[in-house]
Amino acid sequence: MTTTVDVGTGEATAPVLGPRPAWEDLAVGLGPAPFIDQPLTRTDFVRYQGAAGDMNPIHYDDEFARAAGFPTVFAVGMLQAGVLGTYVTDCFGAANLRRYGVQFREQAWPGDVLTYRATVTGLREEAGQRLVDLDLLVTRQTGGTHIKGQATFVIPS
Amino acid sequence: MPAPGYTMEVELGKIREFARATKSRNPDYLAAERPVSPATFLMTAAFWSEGAGVPWDEVEGHEEIDLGRVLHGGQEFVFHGEPPRAGTRLVGRARIAADYVKEGRRGGTMRFIEVVNEFRTTDGRLVAEAKNTVIVTSQAPKTASTADGGKDDTR
Repeated sequence: MTTTVDVGTGEATAPVLGPRPAWEDLAVGLGPAPFIDQPLTRTDFVRYQGAAGDMNPIHYDDEFARAAGFPTVFAVGMLQAGVLGTYVTDCFGAANLRRYGVQFREQAWPGDVLTYRATVTGLREEAGQRLVDLDLLVTRQTGGTHIKGQATFVIPS
Repeated sequence: MPAPGYTMEVELGKIREFARATKSRNPDYLAAERPVSPATFLMTAAFWSEGAGVPWDEVEGHEEIDLGRVLHGGQEFVFHGEPPRAGTRLVGRARIAADYVKEGRRGGTMRFIEVVNEFRTTDGRLVAEAKNTVIVTSQAPKTASTADGGKDDTR
């Protein structure tokens, strides 16, 4: 475990979990280092929509989005939900995921710089398995919340 | 009447494509011979499988719902064991799990419809459930999304 300094504010932040933390290293309030993604692009949206099979033009057709009353196309919520899943499974292990939920808040837009965070909220044992509960958060560069989420992972012994 | 089941093949190439699209570099998805599927992968069933997604026919008053006022409020996945691996054939079934109305924060009402897609192996073992919360607003989505945090529509 290491202490890091927030590049944005220069302030020291909470100790950070490395990949595949052991049960003994986990405590409420800890989490992996925040992930600050590259600015969102329309290519990100289209690549995700192709992979998911979601052809809603509101995310890639500017004219369509404007006709619907939006200033331009907006991000696919499930893309950022997926990147959040990538971020948190990188730390706790792809095969260990047992529960993953997201709620969408503010929309995200092309050019947005999003920060992904996860924080341990609970540690418990159930049916002989050790489980860690996490709160998940995706924020925009404005500080606004794009996604709130929760996840549960098994910690293999 | 429960909706008829649909088949979802958990495909290796689709897992790799989906993992890349969600900015993963994790060899557990990108290099493993039989990778587990990513956290939100089962969402793709809604677009690829006939009978998946929202079973609108079972929603009360569905004829009057304006799809322009339908938002994707949230999505939840529960895995009974590890997430399904490439090569698994799943049988999915969608059902309405809840349907209720709340007052919006800035006036108007929001109707919440929770759709659960249940995924079983072909021999009936429950593998995962995916809960999709659909919000039907009484105001246009643009206003509603700034008022109470809705999201892109679910079609």
